[in-house]
Amino acid sequence: MLNIYLQLFITFFKIGAFTFGGGWAMIALIQREVVDKHGWVGKEEFVDMLAVAQSMPGILAVNFSVAIGDRLRGFKGSLVSALGTILPSFIIILAIAMFLTPDTIKNNETLNSIFKGIRPAVVALIVAPVLTTAKSAKINAKTVAIPVAVALLIYSGLPVVSNPVLYIVLGGIGGYVYHTWQLAREKNKEGRQ
Amino acid sequence: MNIYLKLILTYLKLGLFGFGGGYAMLSLIQQEVVQRHGWISLTEFTDIVAISQMTPGPIGINSATYIGYTVTGGSVLGAIAATVAVVVPPYILMLYASHFVHKHSESPIIKGVFMGLRPVVVGLIASAALLLMNSDNFGSEIDECVKSVLICIVTFIFAYFTKVHPILLIIVAGVAGYFIF
Repeated sequence: MLNIYLQLFITFFKIGAFTFGGGWAMIALIQREVVDKHGWVGKEEFVDMLAVAQSMPGILAVNFSVAIGDRLRGFKGSLVSALGTILPSFIIILAIAMFLTPDTIKNNETLNSIFKGIRPAVVALIVAPVLTTAKSAKINAKTVAIPVAVALLIYSGLPVVSNPVLYIVLGGIGGYVYHTWQLAREKNKEGRQ
Repeated sequence: MNIYLKLILTYLKLGLFGFGGGYAMLSLIQQEVVQRHGWISLTEFTDIVAISQMTPGPIGINSATYIGYTVTGGSVLGAIAATVAVVVPPYILMLYASHFVHKHSESPIIKGVFMGLRPVVVGLIASAALLLMNSDNFGSEIDECVKSVLICIVTFIFAYFTKVHPILLIIVAGVAGYFIF
């Protein structure tokens, strides 16, 4: 059995090394490693941690690794996980900056065709977790309107309503109000019985 | 002001106000490093974005490392300074938020808030997927587009219905791209 710190580092190094196309692309990867393979957090907790990581400023992948590392082994765990996430891109970009010019990479035919293959695959890797997180979040016929509306409004690109932060705020407040109302109703019922 | 100090302050700021992940951060980064400080030209910035799309890792980290290295005249220390600076503010906030949530996970307030946030998160991921379904990722010519959609569909089937590791799917898609594009 590997040391847990080493495990955290290797797991997030792997995630950092294969995250193409921004933060959301790594959700499928993180889910596979952190939930399915290591069982470090449960499915529902995973969605909750995503919500927190998205509500904070900064880089989603780093935020998420900090949360997982901290949950497992406190500050030291978060440090190891964050380093694992950051190092692959740091090393690769530094190597490019030191030894190559941007043009050699950009105009490389082989790299270009490889990435033409990778990009649509990355999109698929973001579509898949939409469905798996919908299951974990127990989305049903009544609540499905929320993610659909959020997705379309952000996609619309319209001013104000396309800002994701708006929905995090509204979702948090809405959930709190609904939950309070639910609790009050249950109490009422119990009172009448 | 010393260039290192300027670099660190700028990236601390970017880390603190960079809400909404990679691509949302791009315009903020551009404003600071191209318009405000003139550290790199717009063409260079576009190059960095293009390279970020061809290398792994979050774009926020990639740009910090590259710009930190170039504006200090090729110093690894500059690359480290900018990269660490962009990570530190969200790191601290994330630790606090994560502790707070964990400590109060049984409170009705936190429970309610997360009940509302869960469907929103699903919507956020869906919006990211929608926004990426563009000509940058699927090509602008019919022939290229058809091949890209095919790769997307096949990858989705394997990602959703099987236990094949996503990393393997990315590697296979890259190999397929090499042969068909």
